[in-house]
Amino acid sequence: MTMIEAIRDAHFVAMEQDDRVVVFGEDVGYFGGVFRCTQGLQERFGNHRCFDAPINESGIVGAAIGMAAYGLRPCVEIQFADYMYPAYDQIVSESARLRHRSAGDFTAPLVIRMPTGGGIFGGQTHSQSPEALFTHVAGLTTVVVSNPYDAKGLLIAAIEDEDPVVFLEPKRLYNGPFDGHHDKPIVPWSQHPLGEVPEGEYRVELGKARIHRPGSALTVLTYGTHVHVSEAAAEESGIDAEIIDLRTLVPLDVDTIVESVQKTGRCLIVHEATVTSGFGAELSAMVQERCFYNLEAPITRVCGWDTPYPHAHEWFYFPGPDRIADAMRKVVST
Amino acid sequence: MELNTDTQLDLHHTMVRIRLFEEAAGQLAEAAKLPGFLHLCVGQEAVAAGVCATLNDDDQIASNHRGHGHLVAKGGQFRPMMAELMAKSTGYCKGKGGSMHISDLSVGMLGANGIVGAGVPIAVGAAWANSLRGRGQVSVPFFGDGSTNIGAFHEAANMAAALKLPVVFVCENNEYGEFTPRDKTMAIADIVDRAAGYGMPGVIVDGMDVVAVYEAASEAVDRARRGDGPSLIEAKTFRFYNHHGIQNLGLRYRTDEEVEHWKQRDPIFTFEDQIVGAGSTTREHITEVWNHERANIADAVEFAEHSPTPTTDQLLTDVYTISSQTAEVSP
Repeated sequence: MTMIEAIRDAHFVAMEQDDRVVVFGEDVGYFGGVFRCTQGLQERFGNHRCFDAPINESGIVGAAIGMAAYGLRPCVEIQFADYMYPAYDQIVSESARLRHRSAGDFTAPLVIRMPTGGGIFGGQTHSQSPEALFTHVAGLTTVVVSNPYDAKGLLIAAIEDEDPVVFLEPKRLYNGPFDGHHDKPIVPWSQHPLGEVPEGEYRVELGKARIHRPGSALTVLTYGTHVHVSEAAAEESGIDAEIIDLRTLVPLDVDTIVESVQKTGRCLIVHEATVTSGFGAELSAMVQERCFYNLEAPITRVCGWDTPYPHAHEWFYFPGPDRIADAMRKVVST
Repeated sequence: MELNTDTQLDLHHTMVRIRLFEEAAGQLAEAAKLPGFLHLCVGQEAVAAGVCATLNDDDQIASNHRGHGHLVAKGGQFRPMMAELMAKSTGYCKGKGGSMHISDLSVGMLGANGIVGAGVPIAVGAAWANSLRGRGQVSVPFFGDGSTNIGAFHEAANMAAALKLPVVFVCENNEYGEFTPRDKTMAIADIVDRAAGYGMPGVIVDGMDVVAVYEAASEAVDRARRGDGPSLIEAKTFRFYNHHGIQNLGLRYRTDEEVEHWKQRDPIFTFEDQIVGAGSTTREHITEVWNHERANIADAVEFAEHSPTPTTDQLLTDVYTISSQTAEVSP
């Protein structure tokens, strides 16, 4: 199953088992979403539970908050994460704070899905990775998925969660486990074990990381597309990296990370988003605070360069397997 | 208004240039020679041509994701345009903008924009700058029907009216916001109804009729230039191709009959019949115009194809802030 099909399947399961779940966004109803993640939902569940929204992200998220506060379980799509900014006020000032400012009387159980990241020649307004803009906000759960199995289980868990969840889907992973080699043919999810998605309902717990590749030479903390790119870097360099797919950035699975770094003594952080004030900075600080006496090398980051996402230099910006492998060599040889 | 022959031929010429640029870009994208998303304005040429013909060189326009036609009509040149779309260093933005963010301040084009509605308040700001300088320039944001649902449009319209700024809001209503028909996302049939809410006049014009667009724009631009404030033009038009790419028939969200209906009203071919019928020009001359511009577009494609891609050391140039990682960037 592709990640698109897995996400679609999660919607079906959630809407089937709970009639409070409603789905809307730009082109998601009749058309089924620009990435096809909501295809068939309107036919199955009707216009009142799956519908098209105008192009107005602030209205989409604001209305979802009102629905959530009054008993529904909205799961809305922002067509590209890059379109999120008009909704940011509603996400930050409203959704993240309802529980706190009402002392628990109100919550906002909503999910805001967003295709994220680059690798599809989307240029500066269709390629960004804004996860750190959410992890910085107290009150939000932030998920970044890396494969179909997790996508389905995490989305069901997110819809059932009592508080707002920002659910980021790397669009470069929708159809296959992209390893960063853009000039090679696309490998479909049908040829990858994490493309095997069970029928029916299951959950992947929010706040739990997954050890994607066990290893002993160093710990790689990453998420989304770069789980697969880091794996390629490990295989190609022959370095026995332990790759941790964080899955949920907030709440963060501190125990899994600390246990791994205490074992390997070395830590590399990889993400596609720009480096300065990226989520890697938070990870680095946390590892330093908890594993300082275990570290045998400086914590290192491989991230996107500090520039708007480029039109002309997509593959120079995108942290590829070579850059990651170089950093791995540096970290293990220090 | 009876347009003089030169103006008629100019309008025709501009529409031909837009059509040929768009068709060439579409072909290059199909051949995988042009990276990125491509939103073509084939079918909507009369709006860009008619409006921009009423503007002076130092007037400004702000555009949207479907912006090539606006730039061509404002005086953009084929070579740097095509090079920009192909991410080459000889492009208008050295390959950094691409189709969705192409701009050329030298002709008053503030930029295409990948974010729906984002260009509208920017044009209002340009109008304020113009007012401050007192040079009598006018600013024109182009936007689609879908963008009139987003806050940025409403905030910009209100500001322009409240501040009585020299702005002409031009809505290209092509009936679809991406893949969703207008009537699913708004309860009004005419975008122009929104103008009254902000205290500005609005007019509906046939966006397939370049002369009608030109006349409506002339009046609105004159009004803005006189200092009488903003107004809104709603041009009813249609994009012949899909939201992006060059598929036009067999689409899930609109019928082939609807596409055919609008293609019968092709703004270029209907205008050619009109001006030939009126004796303003001949079929031979029209053929010459097409052939001349076909040669120009072929030249631009060749220029772009043979232009270098920007070197990787250009990645962190033109970024405002200095990154702590700058020193690590090397090709």
